[in-house]
Amino acid sequence: MTQAAAPPLARPLPDEAVEGGRLAENILYFARVLRRAGLPVGPAKMLRAVEAVEAVGLGSRKDFYWALHAVLVNRRDQRDIFDQAFHVFWRNPNILEKMMSLVLPMMKGEEAGEKSDLSQRVAEAMAGENRGEDGAKAQEETEIQMDMALTFSASERLQKKDFEQMTAAEIAEAKRVIRNLRLPISELPTRRFSPSARGGRADMRRTMRASLRKGLDMIDLKRRKRRMRRPPLVILCDISGSMDRYARMLLHFVHAITNDRDRVHTFLFGTRLTNVTRHMRDKDPDVALAKIGAQVEDWSGGTRIGGCLKEFNRYWSRRVLGQGAQVLLITDGLDRDGASGLSVEIERLHKSCRRLVWLNPLLRWDGFEPRAQGIRALIAHVDDFLPVHNLTSLADLAQAIGRDRVEAQAEMRRWRGLAA
Amino acid sequence: MSTPLPASVDAVEALLGQGGYVAERSLSTALFLALKLQRPLFLEGEAGVGKTEIAKVLSATLGRDLVRLQCYEGLDVASAVYEWNYARQMVEIRLAEASGDRDRNTLENDLFNPSFLIERPILKAMRPHANGAPILLIDELDRTDEPFEAFLLEVLADYQVTIPELGTIKAPEPPIVIITSNRTREIHDAIKRRCFYYWVDYPSAERELEILRIKAPESPAALSREVVAFVQKLRGLDLFKLPGVAETIDWAHALLQLDRLALDPQTINDTLGALLKYQDDIAKLQGSEASRILEEVRREAREAAKA
Repeated sequence: MTQAAAPPLARPLPDEAVEGGRLAENILYFARVLRRAGLPVGPAKMLRAVEAVEAVGLGSRKDFYWALHAVLVNRRDQRDIFDQAFHVFWRNPNILEKMMSLVLPMMKGEEAGEKSDLSQRVAEAMAGENRGEDGAKAQEETEIQMDMALTFSASERLQKKDFEQMTAAEIAEAKRVIRNLRLPISELPTRRFSPSARGGRADMRRTMRASLRKGLDMIDLKRRKRRMRRPPLVILCDISGSMDRYARMLLHFVHAITNDRDRVHTFLFGTRLTNVTRHMRDKDPDVALAKIGAQVEDWSGGTRIGGCLKEFNRYWSRRVLGQGAQVLLITDGLDRDGASGLSVEIERLHKSCRRLVWLNPLLRWDGFEPRAQGIRALIAHVDDFLPVHNLTSLADLAQAIGRDRVEAQAEMRRWRGLAA
Repeated sequence: MSTPLPASVDAVEALLGQGGYVAERSLSTALFLALKLQRPLFLEGEAGVGKTEIAKVLSATLGRDLVRLQCYEGLDVASAVYEWNYARQMVEIRLAEASGDRDRNTLENDLFNPSFLIERPILKAMRPHANGAPILLIDELDRTDEPFEAFLLEVLADYQVTIPELGTIKAPEPPIVIITSNRTREIHDAIKRRCFYYWVDYPSAERELEILRIKAPESPAALSREVVAFVQKLRGLDLFKLPGVAETIDWAHALLQLDRLALDPQTINDTLGALLKYQDDIAKLQGSEASRILEEVRREAREAAKA
């Protein structure tokens, strides 16, 4: 947290950072480090950073910190990156030559105790700035350090999924069906209006303008109607071992929906929750899925539905479930944690969204019985329960989701009866 | 009367203090930059941490007018910028007809004359104000939709609005713009890029105590200390909605109304509604959990006193 950064801020800036008019140059280098760490820092921001520092002056390190912060940080989650980069960079601004000697002791120190760990992004960004003669050696050392940062708990099966294993025929078939897939989730009236000859409301602004044009002999009433808009859609897709066979196909499906409409957020979960919305936006499904394969670390492992939903409820629900969002939950409901906490979390999710639709590949069997604890917990709190296991069911899905609400409610009553 | 703009970060800190706002140094810095470089200040943070209050305090201490635009879904130009008074325009047309002198050009000018114009907050903020540039508070921007954000970009870039019948109206000097967001969705980077960004966090215990001393002066020091320590503990728990500063102040007032001089488990149970706004959270805390936290708070206070 930024508050914790108080003590180092008490130190004055090192003289060599300021003297000889090199300050502006150093700020530019610093901005570049941040850009490598993934912060959106463009030339305009660099200039503004220099301007801001000039306005605040160099009297106090703290003010200097917050001036740069106000310009270069755009979102809350960028604060830690900024904080770490700031403290490493402005300790000694001769960053290009000395960076690695600064980074390495710090990262070694962290083996001993629980010191604040330098995020991998910052370390990589700093390493990228190093272009000295001993660059190769430093690079090597960095990689060793990176390995250390990449150790995760042994309980998770960490596999990178290779999407290229998909056969060409498979891809072609999937693409063909999925491309034509549309989710007719009913549109909601917004509070905006559009001109319409048969609209129910008078549009006075247009009426006055039109009659002026005609010279006010006749006032011809113009009308308008409410504009309709599809609500935001949030997709939570299970990628654990038991869902393995469907995940690839489903991701293509999710990709098709994402590119068909705006305001779609996609999360994948197994043992942890990953937001892959940004990758899904890529127009080419293969590129999108390759990026996701590289980012997601818990492919084909266990499932912690309760834990992941909790994480979603806590960190994301308020950010993505606004404005009447609908949720598609894609999972088989088989939970490694014995459905602990699942009931509470699914109830919270159900209460926070407009409609919660559960898509379950297990539902393909006619004799499907909701017996597993996880399934029973989920059934009690979803608005719709539909199969999703092959291309046909994907195609039918569009129709099923669009079906009558009353019909869906009757269906859900039946399921709840079975689960009880 | 308007006060000149503060000339340094210290002056901003003093100014906010004068208005009864206990600000972090970091917030003062961001605010100073916004004032000095005439760019909007973008405040993001959980509900109830005092984002809107900053604009109000600024308006009071600087002696500037406060123009507030509360955002909601579907906010459009007609309710954010301007609207013509159509009823009066109709009457005007009828009058012109009745009196028979219907020179069309003059009638047109008469109809779209500033006296028929209903000014909404953004247009108001572009007008000259006697006390100097006003403070334009765009509250809870995350509640609007993307089209309004796009419109706002134009306003924030040039501080001007265009009314087709009247032409462009430009602010004589840029208003002091404060934008707040609860982050129920991400605001587009294009807006944030034009602003100085600041994340308003929950205050530290000392700061919260200071805030309580100013906002609930009748509260005895011992009670305030307990209240703050309790709330700070709550923020470390796994709750769906953590209590903000506004809730702390509300709770202190509620306890005062009940004539409590110290916390006890029963009172906490009865007044939790002032602090927590979700039934799940209240249920989690009611009963033994509240007593446990209270016990912990007391023990820590004793240890701190000994040390």
